[in-house]
Amino acid sequence: MNAASPPSLVDEIANHPLFAGLDPKLVRAAASTAQEREFAAGDLLAREGTTADTLLLILRGKVALEVGAADRPTLTVQTVGPGEVVGWSWFVPPFRWRFDARAVKPTRAVVVNGPALRETLSRHPAWGFAFLVRFLPLIAERLENTRIQLLDIHAR
Amino acid sequence: MLADPSPSGASGDPEPPPLAPIPYVVRSVTTETPDTVTLTIRPSATRRIATPRPGQFNMLYAFGVGESAISVSRASLEGELVHTVRRVGKVTNALSAVTPGDTVGVRGPYGRGWPIAEARGGDVVVIAGGLGLPPLRPAIYAILSQRESFGRVEVIYGARSPKDLVYYDEIQTWRRRTDVRFQTTVDAAGRDWYGDVGVVTTRLPDARFDPPKTTAFVCGPEIMMTLSAKALADRGVPRDRIWVSMERNMKCAVGLCGHCQFGPSFVCRDGPVLRFSALEPFLSVKEV
Repeated sequence: MNAASPPSLVDEIANHPLFAGLDPKLVRAAASTAQEREFAAGDLLAREGTTADTLLLILRGKVALEVGAADRPTLTVQTVGPGEVVGWSWFVPPFRWRFDARAVKPTRAVVVNGPALRETLSRHPAWGFAFLVRFLPLIAERLENTRIQLLDIHAR
Repeated sequence: MLADPSPSGASGDPEPPPLAPIPYVVRSVTTETPDTVTLTIRPSATRRIATPRPGQFNMLYAFGVGESAISVSRASLEGELVHTVRRVGKVTNALSAVTPGDTVGVRGPYGRGWPIAEARGGDVVVIAGGLGLPPLRPAIYAILSQRESFGRVEVIYGARSPKDLVYYDEIQTWRRRTDVRFQTTVDAAGRDWYGDVGVVTTRLPDARFDPPKTTAFVCGPEIMMTLSAKALADRGVPRDRIWVSMERNMKCAVGLCGHCQFGPSFVCRDGPVLRFSALEPFLSVKEV
């Protein structure tokens, strides 16, 4: 019996929670400019202040979102794992990363070309709306989680 | 004259606990975090309190200083007790400063604990925040000791930072088990932390359980419990199967003085473990 063939890039994107159930044509368009990449522990996936031109769909591993300043140690404010995404800076002017993203352990991700996806979504408003309906809750959830962190729920 | 309770299990329900503390000798003191220690104590003579059930608390007396309500984090049938204490005031400072051989007073056990039996047959989700783990630790052990009686078991433990995690070695042991899923997360961390980062509720989507058939035990700071309980309810866990352990200023511990009143409940007598469905209307009232 043949071993199951590995999922195609289209399948990987279609099965990711961000794209699951969206128009297959949008999935294929995203896949046409995407590539699958492996990152070793410690690799930087994004560097704060640099051009943000990718959307990363995490398939395996763990990525730390880090913030820092010159006069204090780098702080990890969130970790992101399989089924989650790194990056919406590619979607929001001025298209620069707002944080560092570093692989905490070996990580596999689909790297989608941000400008190409933006262009696709703007040419197909129905896809754009459907995508935003899927994407905005992620942003809202992270905003809420940040507010909870600000509450410092473990403070004495 | 106050009754001297027989150890639990000897003759059904123990007698009412005495209001006079019983002397216990400190066997060991383990530093958990910079401001938290775990005390192991045992009776100094034949008198001892009844064996606490998971989720109950004792009043620990630092002689000459005062009493404080401290959850039982482990108890043996031989009478040994384990309490984890954070230095937050005069009494807990004194309790944290004891050394092996010192004597502390104990009265208890008090309150209603975790309804382990009620959770049998279904999935269990345990969510602990910070020092919410010690009161849940006996419940985790009780569940693990009768593991076949439960469905999936998920434990989520969150703390402010890696240095605020208690029972670190024990957590590593639990994490190696294949019949329970143990997730740990911290609110923020440095690069030397390889675990998850994010508030405790961010780990809930990863937890696998059948919401209508799930019982949840939640303990931690009140806001953490409220957020966790609401997140569990949003996942479909019935509100009356979500149990939280409340902390209030307990003085008498037997429902007489009223210091620990929360809405219609006296936390020491009716709790500390209470149904979220009963507490929810009061949790958003700032004056309560």
